[in-house]
Amino acid sequence: MKKIEMKKSVIALALLVSMFSTVLAGCGGDNKEETTKPSADGAFELSVNCGPEPGTIDPSLNTTVDGATLINHAFEGLMKIDSEGKVVEAQAASYTVSDDGLVYTFTIRDDAKWSDGEAVTAKDFVFAWQRAVDPATASEYNYMTEMVVNASEIMSGDKAPSELGVKAVDDKTFEVTIVNPTSYFLEICAFPTTYPLREDLVSANPDTWSTDPSTYVGNGPYVLTEWEHQSKMVYEKNENYYDLAKLGPDKINFVLMEDQNTILSAFKNGEILFADDLPSEEIAAMTDNGLYTEGQLGTYFLCLNTEKEELSDAKVRQALALAIDRSFICESVTGGGQVPADTFVGMGLSDVDTSKEFRDVAEKWYDVEDYEGNIEKAKALLEEAGYPNGEGLPTIELMCNPGHESVMEAIQNMWSENLGLNVTISSQDWNVFVETRVAGEFQVARHGWLADYNDPISFLDMWVTDGGNNDANWSNAEYDALVKTVKSSSDQEERYAAMHDAEAILAAEMPIIPIYYYTDLYLKSDSLEGFYASPLGFKYFMYTSIAE
Amino acid sequence: MAKYIVKRIFGAVITIFIAATITFLLMKFVPGSPFTSEKTNEIAEAALNEKYGLDKPVYVQYGKYLNQLIHGDLGVSYKIQKNVPVVDIIKQSFPVSAKIGGIAILFAVLFGVPIGCVAALKRGKVLDGIIRVVSTTGIAIPGFVLATGSMLLFSIELKWLPTYGLDKPSSYILPVFTLGFYPMCYIARIMRSSMLEALGQDYIRTARAKGMTQFITTFKHAMKNSLIPVITYFGPLVAYTLTGGFVVEKVFNINGLGRYFIKSIENRDYNIIMGTTVFLATLIILMNLVCDILYKVVDPRIKLDQ
Repeated sequence: MKKIEMKKSVIALALLVSMFSTVLAGCGGDNKEETTKPSADGAFELSVNCGPEPGTIDPSLNTTVDGATLINHAFEGLMKIDSEGKVVEAQAASYTVSDDGLVYTFTIRDDAKWSDGEAVTAKDFVFAWQRAVDPATASEYNYMTEMVVNASEIMSGDKAPSELGVKAVDDKTFEVTIVNPTSYFLEICAFPTTYPLREDLVSANPDTWSTDPSTYVGNGPYVLTEWEHQSKMVYEKNENYYDLAKLGPDKINFVLMEDQNTILSAFKNGEILFADDLPSEEIAAMTDNGLYTEGQLGTYFLCLNTEKEELSDAKVRQALALAIDRSFICESVTGGGQVPADTFVGMGLSDVDTSKEFRDVAEKWYDVEDYEGNIEKAKALLEEAGYPNGEGLPTIELMCNPGHESVMEAIQNMWSENLGLNVTISSQDWNVFVETRVAGEFQVARHGWLADYNDPISFLDMWVTDGGNNDANWSNAEYDALVKTVKSSSDQEERYAAMHDAEAILAAEMPIIPIYYYTDLYLKSDSLEGFYASPLGFKYFMYTSIAE
Repeated sequence: MAKYIVKRIFGAVITIFIAATITFLLMKFVPGSPFTSEKTNEIAEAALNEKYGLDKPVYVQYGKYLNQLIHGDLGVSYKIQKNVPVVDIIKQSFPVSAKIGGIAILFAVLFGVPIGCVAALKRGKVLDGIIRVVSTTGIAIPGFVLATGSMLLFSIELKWLPTYGLDKPSSYILPVFTLGFYPMCYIARIMRSSMLEALGQDYIRTARAKGMTQFITTFKHAMKNSLIPVITYFGPLVAYTLTGGFVVEKVFNINGLGRYFIKSIENRDYNIIMGTTVFLATLIILMNLVCDILYKVVDPRIKLDQ
């Protein structure tokens, strides 16, 4: 009797299991279709991942690269970046610059329209530019337009936003007056902070207009039609866009994901054709399987607190810089195609002769190939500074935020083995880490910098005395004077010469230790054509197509 | 009964107030700000602090927050979804979590209770052994292993199920399984032990002596009384599962409430930290009340008023 009962329950359990697997199996097969395909009616729907839920897609408030990609599909500035990385006319049909380089006059396209059909006017630009510098808006990227007359005074609350040096001469003519000739000004006009905004819609709901697709009216190639928070954003073609005929996908689904493994799985499964992120341990496996590496205008470096006594001697700082094997870090630790850095200003920024890169013209700080030789020099420098074999130098703490421990461990090992130093590592939660660094409560801290425009001053401006980002607390009068020249001169030869001189001072003083130049990694299906990315990392899907 | 419920609700309000106060103070003592950025812009940061009242002393902020809370306003997000009211965020994301969580609880109970009963009835037999091994393993496996492992097998290798989202009915299978597997195993274990205890009671022997079938003695007499520990576990389980599992939502990219618990702390998005905590606290207190009432339903010997 008992045996029979036992058999019964085993059978019941087996049945349950088989039922469950049948349910699973029954669901199979329906998701093999790729979500990116020309559908039966010929419509082309593209699904991509560019990042997680954006904090905001308000052009004045955005601070992230993925946010900028989302904004670039719904809005357009006076200028834009084309597929070759050049700054070209967009909402502006043409522009003129005064002889002194201070007044820019833009003529807006006659066929420039908002997605609700209204014409784009110069007033829309005036409103947006004033809004960006208005302290009430609290835009974190307001410094992008700091060269405009009165911008700095408005930002610090000393003048009213209406006094900004921008003017709507008539409906289609927008005029900007700037303080100093700025070689990269047109590039600024292609940056989201300067995109036009609809005063009627924004003023009605200043904080929430950009969170609701019905009030998110743009002048760009696509329109946000649906936003399922933390899940996906759906963009459809803007029927009022002047270049409508050239646009690719009828619908772009920006799938909002943050887990790197999930993103990779979705890409491998063909559910998304583009992914802007992947787990670093998968980089090797995905090479030749859709992984692309692009240069990025940024540098990863260590920041030395020059106010700490043990780091106040430039010789010690130079010794620390020399005793790092950057090639090892790039190849064996980070492994994402990063390039060992031998200067501070990143790759991809052009020199005065635009056919050359600033970095190629610059004098190298050290020879990254000659690691053995560098170590010898480092030892000699330490001895000269009074710390032979590292004796007498206090313990040095390397501070970072989570995710950077492995690079710090490599450096810890190099410094202790080669220089005989006692090195410890401390990792702090991101928000705490940044506060600690700003407060100067560290010896050596990880740092990274990404430029916002193609001009080396965006890097060099960081280290002026008492600068907001000068976490090294370093000060050099000659350096400050050079940066001042760069910012006020209109003579490009003079500017670039001053920038090279300024960087040479950084090399000699070494308040920072460059490690590598950042790269931008992404996964793209071979079938996706017409895609491009800008050096700032913005992604453009509007002209994509699917290869047969 | 009514008097008891009123008393409990009054107590609940005080508990929520205390939970909110402790969370608020802890949150303010943690270093960092929602506006921390690699590129420091002091002017903008000061403007943001002023705009959201974060430049005021903590007691002023606390007073303002309590006043808002009484009026049902949880403030707006500072960073994760800038300027979106926290109430709207909860309204949008809770139903998603609750749907997945609800199905997962159903799955856990429907499978966990019978499996536990079967194990108790077959005490010491092979089947009991198998169930014990599986349920212990289920409790020991971390959620992320189960989530990524099942995704690897069913989505990547077999291509049976989608990797993310909730667009199709089949999308629910993996998240529900991952979320419900641990409670199912746990329920099976507590059910087994309490059932064993109940089966040894005098009234079961009496029932058997009176000629009741094994089915009736087990499922009518013993099971009802062995449910007490399950109900005790059920209260917090419902509250935690309905508000979403952080791991499951992250791995399967589900837009539920669970992700906000961790993300808000990482981003120092104060109003979301407070909103989600107060919401979860309320739900837990409510579920505990429901459980206490359920005790009386399954065991009339329990007196609520004492």
